[in-house]
Amino acid sequence: MAAPAENPKETRSIDPDELEKFRAMAEEWWDPDGKFRPLHKFNPVRLQYIRDQACAHFDRDPASLTPFAGLTVLDVGCGGGLLCEPLARLGADVTGIDAVARNIEIASIHSEASGLSIDYRLATVEELAGENRQFDLVLNMEVVEHVADVNGFLAACGAALDDSGLMFFSTLNRTAKAFALAIVGGEYILRWLPRGTHDWRKFVRPSELTRGLAGGGIGVTELTGVTYSPLTDQWSLNPRDLDVNYMGTGIKAR
Amino acid sequence: MLPAMASSGSQQTVIDVEALIVGGGLVGLTLASALAGAGLPVAVVDRADPATTVAPEFDGRATAVANGSVRLLRGIGLWDAVAPHASAINDIRVSDGDSLLFLHYDHREIGDEPLGQIIENRHLRVAMLDHVRGLEALEFLAPMEITEITRGANGVVADLADGRRIRARLLLACDGRNSGIREAAGIGVTRLPYNQTSIVCAVFHDRPHNNVAHERFLPGGPFAILPMADVDGRHRSAIVWSDRSELTPAVMALDEASFVREMAPRFGDILGELELAGPRWSHPLALSHAQTYIGQRLALVGDAAHAIHPIAGQGLNMGIRDIAALAEVIIDARRLGRDIGTPDLLADYERWRRFDNMVLAVVTDVITRLFSNDVAPLRTVRSLGLGTVNRVPPLRRTFMRHATGTVGDLPRLVRGEAL
Ligand SMILES: Cc1cc2nc3c(=O)[nH]c(=O)nc-3n(C[C@H](O)[C@H](O)[C@H](O)COP(=O)(O)OP(=O)(O)OC[C@H]3O[C@@H](n4cnc5c(N)ncnc54)[C@H](O)[C@@H]3O)c2cc1C
Ligand SMILES: C[S@@+](CC[C@H](N)C(=O)[O-])C[C@H]1O[C@@H](n2cnc3c(N)ncnc32)[C@H](O)[C@@H]1O
Repeated sequence: MAAPAENPKETRSIDPDELEKFRAMAEEWWDPDGKFRPLHKFNPVRLQYIRDQACAHFDRDPASLTPFAGLTVLDVGCGGGLLCEPLARLGADVTGIDAVARNIEIASIHSEASGLSIDYRLATVEELAGENRQFDLVLNMEVVEHVADVNGFLAACGAALDDSGLMFFSTLNRTAKAFALAIVGGEYILRWLPRGTHDWRKFVRPSELTRGLAGGGIGVTELTGVTYSPLTDQWSLNPRDLDVNYMGTGIKAR
Repeated sequence: MLPAMASSGSQQTVIDVEALIVGGGLVGLTLASALAGAGLPVAVVDRADPATTVAPEFDGRATAVANGSVRLLRGIGLWDAVAPHASAINDIRVSDGDSLLFLHYDHREIGDEPLGQIIENRHLRVAMLDHVRGLEALEFLAPMEITEITRGANGVVADLADGRRIRARLLLACDGRNSGIREAAGIGVTRLPYNQTSIVCAVFHDRPHNNVAHERFLPGGPFAILPMADVDGRHRSAIVWSDRSELTPAVMALDEASFVREMAPRFGDILGELELAGPRWSHPLALSHAQTYIGQRLALVGDAAHAIHPIAGQGLNMGIRDIAALAEVIIDARRLGRDIGTPDLLADYERWRRFDNMVLAVVTDVITRLFSNDVAPLRTVRSLGLGTVNRVPPLRRTFMRHATGTVGDLPRLVRGEAL
């Protein structure tokens, strides 16, 4: 793999301040106790959600070790590949894109050491849209709160989704509770994340996300909250509480 | 999925799997069957030649397999091949020396199932070897020496004596009580010697055993009589005669007739005339418990993690419960696409098993020490103890459920469910 050197050419979704934050933390992607600890802890719940929804949609057996064999996946804003690797293990043909070159390097080195073959690319999703390629699954996890031009970004994600495919998204809600928990709690009190990782003003309400996706031709079919319990140090799905973290599924509207 | 073969640059053949199991004893083979049966690519490496380990002279033990373990064996498809050689235990009678107080466990008290099954280790081994050879996801390498194992943040690499290399995500040490992997990993063990040795053999006897197991606490150590399946119409039992280690060389050296004469008084007259049904073996006994069951991309399973006194017939059963818990943790994680060597998964396994095993190891130890002596006041306490357990049915039922391996937070395989 040649080291990605330059920045993506199509750059409307890029927010340079946001990318700088991730560039500064890139070395820690795979440290389960490092800056990305919350994502590591969150991974089993969202993987189960993705697996179960996708298995139901594509009529696959969730007890199989490779239920995604033959499916193509695009992970937008893949970071170090925390989702790309599990999905590749489940048999999917995975493409991971990110706008930070160091993330792509780290992700590539790690997947190779893990014996997985994943197509990592330094690119934005609008750049990929130019290739006119459609995927069975498009992942848009914990990214919208970091992009510029949310609607344009969502439309580009929609364009990359196959007509019979599924889109998964997750983000933080713009509520006082989210501010309190994710920023004050997560960044200041628990010291999970470096201060300033999240900009509350960039959080996205479910209604805004739903509208933005609709603009990109995607209909939301499922929405659930995801809540963290400090007592058990575990995340779990909670369909009634979308106030802080939430996650959902969409399909191409016909 | 199949273990993948690849050639690296230097033409070295590399076997890529997810789990590398070192040690193809009863625990390693059972674990391998559970994992590979669920589709996980697994390699098992044992330095011993299977042709040797299934020979009648190799291992004369018969194992009391608890019901929970039977369920697991059934669940992973091993039971059918073993069943014809198994003999049910319907009743366990425990007695203290010559005391008349009996502790009596009857299976009808807790349901219709027997309390467990007696199976010769050799039959277990034959069935397991046969089974693993038919599993597509499994690579079985024996006899084979491993020349070097390296565990790192990104995986495990093992170099084999034949020049091949195995790459895995997780190393599972099933290499027995003197586990070299445990030692190389710098994991300490708590060890308590018993100064006892078990002499193991099978005997023919005139009268049927009626599927009753006997355990007699004698001053030198416990004497166990375990009901085996008849052969050629002759009644048989397996004997585990634990006694002071300094006496065993002399007992082992006796000719057959003298050996039977020495053993006979320990039977009482329940089974009639006795005849030795094969060779004798001796196993020195000690308790060992690993200080942790896990390390970087490493888990200890079975005797590598814990070896106990055979007094309660629990050693393999503990290992099988480890397997049920570990296989569930691994397969559940892998069905989410997770790396099976992730530290929090291994921590789940340790949390699930280590405390349970420690309790059982301590209880076994206390019973062994309490009963292996001839001190009068202790004998009274013991007799009262056995009598008390016997008179209080709920207490006895609790003990029985323990003996059958069906208490606690049970993994799916022990509950008889699919992995
Ligand atoms: C007298 C006696 C009676 C018993 N009765 C009962 C009973 O009734 N019920 C019960 O549940 N349990 C019983 N047990 C306990 C039971 O036998 C053990 O717990 C069980 O056999 C342990 O199996 P294992 O696979 O963990 O270890 P082992 O059987 O010791 O297997 C270890 C394997 O690892 C291999 N190995 C070791 N090092 C290496 C290496 N470096 N490379 C490759 N391979 C290696 C060895 O060749 C061997 O095949 C009894 C034990 C004794 C001593
Ligand atoms: C919080 S991380 C989420 C990583 C990954 N999706 C996950 O959930 O594990 C956000 C990622 O989005 C990337 N990112 C931000 N803006 C982007 C853009 N416009 N295009 C592509 N990636 C972007 C960042 O570099 C960072 O890796």
